[in-house]
Amino acid sequence: MSSLALWTIIMAGALGTYALRLSFIGLLPPDRLPARLYQSLRFVPPAVLAALILPGLVSSGATLNLSPTNPRLIAGLLAGAIAWRTHNAWLAIAAGMATLWILSAVF
Amino acid sequence: MPAPSRTPWREFAAGARDQLPILAGVVPFGLIFGALAVGSGLSALVAQGFSLILFAGSAQLVAVSLIAGGAPAAVVIGTIWIVNLRHLLYSASLAPQFSSLSARWKMLLAWLLTDEAFAVASARYQRGELRFAHWYFLGTGLTLWSAWQACTAAGILLGARVPTGWQLDFALPLTFLALLVPMLRDRPAIAAAASAGGLAVILGGLPDRTGLLIAVVAGVGAGMLLEGRRRLPGRSSP
Repeated sequence: MSSLALWTIIMAGALGTYALRLSFIGLLPPDRLPARLYQSLRFVPPAVLAALILPGLVSSGATLNLSPTNPRLIAGLLAGAIAWRTHNAWLAIAAGMATLWILSAVF
Repeated sequence: MPAPSRTPWREFAAGARDQLPILAGVVPFGLIFGALAVGSGLSALVAQGFSLILFAGSAQLVAVSLIAGGAPAAVVIGTIWIVNLRHLLYSASLAPQFSSLSARWKMLLAWLLTDEAFAVASARYQRGELRFAHWYFLGTGLTLWSAWQACTAAGILLGARVPTGWQLDFALPLTFLALLVPMLRDRPAIAAAASAGGLAVILGGLPDRTGLLIAVVAGVGAGMLLEGRRRLPGRSSP
């Protein structure tokens, strides 16, 4: 692909992405948001986070892996339990990584 | 008058600090992107240009794989937009918090709006005392942006020699998990997370991360459905 085409991809891709990021913040006044959309906003963070997390925990490549020998599932469950009990992000992450390394060495 | 507990600088520093655990999960992706881009025949300048200007990790990785596969420029551009459609939801979610800011602040913070900045900052916005919270967002966004540039450059230099045995990419879902758990305070929020997570697993095979978008919309719908049902008995009019 030519250098011109590559820079076109970068600039057009970035322009569209910036328009999406700026959309409701700067282009459309937020008081024009429909009331139902406002109500729905508090569910966006938990939905996005869960959708980003879960596939990586329960799948090995393209297949579902719910077995107790799936290191990422076990490490994730443990980290989730620690986050729930202690509300300490660093502790949960450290415990999750340590569990992953130990289980990866074992299995 | 007591000294203010929250100042612009303290907010900025707190935002930067809270982004640090996320970086452990982001850095491997930056390294992989840099290495993958030069490995696909892109110049170092173009590879770094993606990170400097587009600044969107998953879209960058998808774009490079499409370019390497010989896709035409228009397809690559359209795919970048689709992969980044979820920013529309983030923008709508943050708009009420940003509504009192100047146009310059809005333009700056919108440019720094990513999955990671949104995740960290939306947890901050749930904690209240929001007078200087935009400095928190700036701190968290600039920290991520700087780290993304540095690890892209390192990936370009190192090529494909990133040790995969460390599995540092796993720090990213772990960090998201630590942010998610405190948000699960009532049934509608749990329903939103559970349905979005479940659907994301089922739809994981769909191309270009469209499954993620469908899962998020369905999860938000599930949360609203439960909230509507809970409120129904207290309403006097339909």
